[in-house]
Amino acid sequence: MQTTSDEVLIARIAGGDRLAMQVLFARHHVRVYRFVLRLVRNEATAEDLISDVFLDVWRQAGKFEGRSAVSTWMLSIARFKALSALRRKPEQELDEETAEQIEDHADNPEVALAKKDKAAVLRQALSKLSAEHREIVDLVYYHEKSVEEVAGIVGIPEATVKTRMFYARKKLSEVLKEQGIDRGWP
Amino acid sequence: MNTLNKETQSDIEELLPWHAAGTLSRRDTQRVEEALANDPELARRYEMVREEFGETILLNETLGAPSGHAMEKLFAKIDAEPARKQATSFNFTTRVVEFFASFSPRTLAYAGSAAVLAILLQAGIIASVMIKETKTTGYETASAPSTDPGVGAFTLIRFAPQASSDDITKFLEANKLQVAAGPMPGGLFKVRVAVTGLPKGELANIVKKLQEDKVVGFIATAD
Repeated sequence: MQTTSDEVLIARIAGGDRLAMQVLFARHHVRVYRFVLRLVRNEATAEDLISDVFLDVWRQAGKFEGRSAVSTWMLSIARFKALSALRRKPEQELDEETAEQIEDHADNPEVALAKKDKAAVLRQALSKLSAEHREIVDLVYYHEKSVEEVAGIVGIPEATVKTRMFYARKKLSEVLKEQGIDRGWP
Repeated sequence: MNTLNKETQSDIEELLPWHAAGTLSRRDTQRVEEALANDPELARRYEMVREEFGETILLNETLGAPSGHAMEKLFAKIDAEPARKQATSFNFTTRVVEFFASFSPRTLAYAGSAAVLAILLQAGIIASVMIKETKTTGYETASAPSTDPGVGAFTLIRFAPQASSDDITKFLEANKLQVAAGPMPGGLFKVRVAVTGLPKGELANIVKKLQEDKVVGFIATAD
């Protein structure tokens, strides 16, 4: 069965089709939510923001020119909303301790190492990256965005995308090393 | 062993995360695969990238999902929006987008062939007209049959997606039709059915007859 493409849904939404909006929302809201949650680190804020993101999609659908994939366009909107929310309400930003409780239910590093659970330590290390590094790692690995798409979403040159990803991975290795796992790189 | 120079290795290494995610161009994918096959150290680092890739997905998947209220909140906000004007241009754009999106790649290939054929036909018509004109030595009255593409009786035709270029050629020849313009938005061609204007009823009868041909997907009279 052929599913309706995102581009067709956007064209219908531009014409005021609510059903198309429901389909697009159902298709993308979880990923958009997770992207926003990783940036704002607050579930309630992330949930509020996704309705704002999709409201913008509803309003701006007629202006969508198809220069990027619909999912890339929505992540750009989501990023803008998340960063605006963080600037507007800095008090909502969580301290590291609270954030870690939300984002990682795994064991602490010592316990995890005792269990020799390298994967859990790696996930915890991923959570400890800076917002800038978390964002790029998520866009590349989880949202499967190309160099060009990441450049469009984050608003940086393609060469910077590659070097930022490289340094994010380098930092990840350093965090892992601090926790007792030496990957022999860099 | 490291068979790559340092600069190339650095370039390739930067691409490893996108290679793991499968988002590189074909050319870059080939470059990375060749480098991985020839450089064990790079291959070892690629295994690290694959681990990161897997754990990042797992980490994100454990983040959960928003509550069912998220959609309710969205539609409450949409309901509060001012009523949207149903612009006809949107509807037309939607139809065009959906029209092209509904075609399979093979159908699009046929459509492309039909468009090429139409251009060739037009070129042929223009060439034959020019040859005829150069051969004409005598006086020609104003009532002589016109080859002006703007004169005559016309229809708008969209050929059936499954029609091959051969089918279309035969159809045009058998019915003595000439492509005057196109393809236009929606895959339509302006086709001349007579070199002089025809009464509406007569043109409608021609359209009705042509409509029965399996090559025709859509047909209507045109000015």
